[in-house]
Amino acid sequence: MYQYNDIDQSLIEQRVAQFRRQTESFLKGQISDDQFRALRLMNGLYIQTHAPMLRIAGPYGLLNSKQLRKLAHIARTYDKNYCHFTTRQNIQFNWPQLEKVPDILEELASVQMHAIQTSGNCLRNTSTDHLAGVCIDEIEDPRPYCEIIRQWTTLHPEFAYLPRKFKIAVSGAKLDRAATQFHDIGLHLVENDAGEIGFRVLVGGGLGRTPIIGQVIKPYLDKKHLLSYLEAILRIYNLFGRRDNKYKARIKILVKESGMEKFSELVEKEWLLIRNALELDNGRIEATKAQFAPPAYEADAAQDTGFAQHQLENKAFATWVKYNTTDHKAPGYRAAFISLKAPDTAPGDMTDTQLDAVADLADRYSFGEIRSTHRQNLILADVKQADLFPLWQQLDGLKLATANNGTATDMICCPGLDFCSLANAGTIGIAKEINEALDDLDYLHDIGDVKINMSGCMNGCAHQSVGHIGILGVDKKGVEWYQLTLGGSSENEAAIGERLGPSIAKDQVTKAITTILDVYIKQRLDDESFLNMVKRVGTTPFKEQVYANN
Amino acid sequence: MQIIKDKQIVDDSWSFVADDAELKDGNISVSIARWKKDKQQLLNSSDKIGVRIGPADSVEDIAADLKDIPLIELDFPAFADGRIFSHAWLLRGRYNYQGEIRATGHFMRDQVYYLSRVGVNAFRLENPEDLPVALNALNDFSVSYQKSIH
Repeated sequence: MYQYNDIDQSLIEQRVAQFRRQTESFLKGQISDDQFRALRLMNGLYIQTHAPMLRIAGPYGLLNSKQLRKLAHIARTYDKNYCHFTTRQNIQFNWPQLEKVPDILEELASVQMHAIQTSGNCLRNTSTDHLAGVCIDEIEDPRPYCEIIRQWTTLHPEFAYLPRKFKIAVSGAKLDRAATQFHDIGLHLVENDAGEIGFRVLVGGGLGRTPIIGQVIKPYLDKKHLLSYLEAILRIYNLFGRRDNKYKARIKILVKESGMEKFSELVEKEWLLIRNALELDNGRIEATKAQFAPPAYEADAAQDTGFAQHQLENKAFATWVKYNTTDHKAPGYRAAFISLKAPDTAPGDMTDTQLDAVADLADRYSFGEIRSTHRQNLILADVKQADLFPLWQQLDGLKLATANNGTATDMICCPGLDFCSLANAGTIGIAKEINEALDDLDYLHDIGDVKINMSGCMNGCAHQSVGHIGILGVDKKGVEWYQLTLGGSSENEAAIGERLGPSIAKDQVTKAITTILDVYIKQRLDDESFLNMVKRVGTTPFKEQVYANN
Repeated sequence: MQIIKDKQIVDDSWSFVADDAELKDGNISVSIARWKKDKQQLLNSSDKIGVRIGPADSVEDIAADLKDIPLIELDFPAFADGRIFSHAWLLRGRYNYQGEIRATGHFMRDQVYYLSRVGVNAFRLENPEDLPVALNALNDFSVSYQKSIH
């Protein structure tokens, strides 16, 4: 994991001091609401329904145990004993006081954390594959490049006032687990014909009001040109992106309106002028890679026999292993998902006690590191198979071992109307209802891989348009209604979900979901997944049943 | 009127002449449109002439004239219009402009650090009382991660 040097540390401490001055100026009335809004957003601070919300950066989802304990401390001291993990691997606190935010930032800086550019119309936190460095289908570990991009984006002077927010995701594996096709820029590590590894660059993807799948702008980019190419795209976007309408200001609209051919011509012309001055030298790449060297795996970890034995003897453990752990490139190791989707909690939420306990488990079983995932869970990425049984027992005691990873109750869900001032409709209550309706684990496992994503408004923070089942809250004359979509996906065969029909009333949503799942169970072929069945039959059979009584 | 120039608070005598106003004596700046229209007349003036650029203007349009222009004003209609930052970078980084680049209009004192990094060396603040705070804000950070102009 990347460790800060003096430059990193000075920079975040100076940012804390700067934000403290900005907050004091605002509280003294020296800067306007409008001005402070832009300044606080660039430091992750929203003013929400009940209180400010502070979003803290989880750089490409990687955290250590010390940082997790600090989050627990902040939850206890400045918030209501919990925090929330987001789809872009960040962490949110829902109840801090504005005057205390500089103190929180100072606490974070003491463990190499910050809230820089977690919101606002600027370059946001770079996200990546939660299995980076450990998965078996990896071309190259994307994290060193994420770190290089993190540094390049942080306090970039030219691109702090973009037309709109700008998100970059990097994937280094064959399966895209980072939704790179739905980012402003998506980077895939790929191998060219000469056997060299570089980047395939996608641009103009995005979710929100106008979901668009990103297009390839550069099929192969040499690593040394990474930063110059990003800079060329950003300069063209900064100069030509629309600023007259915030709903048309993302780069996807610029790409769409100018056409890919013209847009890429502009980028290419700019890039050729700057690429020599911004070359990434190999020494820097290698030095950054060294920060992500694999931990000291035990060579004989696969010799253990207890792991297989425990699975034979304990069905609940075997089920958890099947759903909540995944293959690892090191023999005798697995990556273990920590489910933040227990039936009675809001998806992605975690208490201070759980944070402290998971920090201890990470120290004991996974080299002191924790990752957050795009689907709002955590991962201990490097667990010896012999340790999985005691790990499971302890997670179970913490209500963090619900064996639902990748199933219908592993929902992505935004905070919705209960917390967010943008939302049109509630989400957490419906998530709870769906959980109660699907409380039979055997039934849930029989349904298998179904990704349900639910957002409380069309800004789409929970990526409903790429959910296998998407649920979107809409407001109709002050009443909460819900629009369902089917067939979306953010993985390799990216797709935007198709509308099922007219929106439905709040008390009908859970029934509609169980109806959709019943249709799937009855009409699927052999091992056909939910997504494949939707592709095969379309939305009609589902639609007929969901709207049968209306 | 006082401004910040090269990290000092100094007196300033430049004034902007609107497109529909008569040219006057002294150091003046004009819009890029007027510069293009009245270029010969302006070049014959015994006073210094600066050009004011807005976010929607193209720096490339006056690239060939930059040697004759001692002052470029980058004018913010609203503080959030970030095109100004790329204009400054292009003037210094692409066209090697050596004259004064001055931020004017509706920008915030909290933006002067970023502006200075992309090559702006003078700041005319809306509220002159903010000058000392803005001067300090130029030193908000002693380190940076990425290449820019400074």
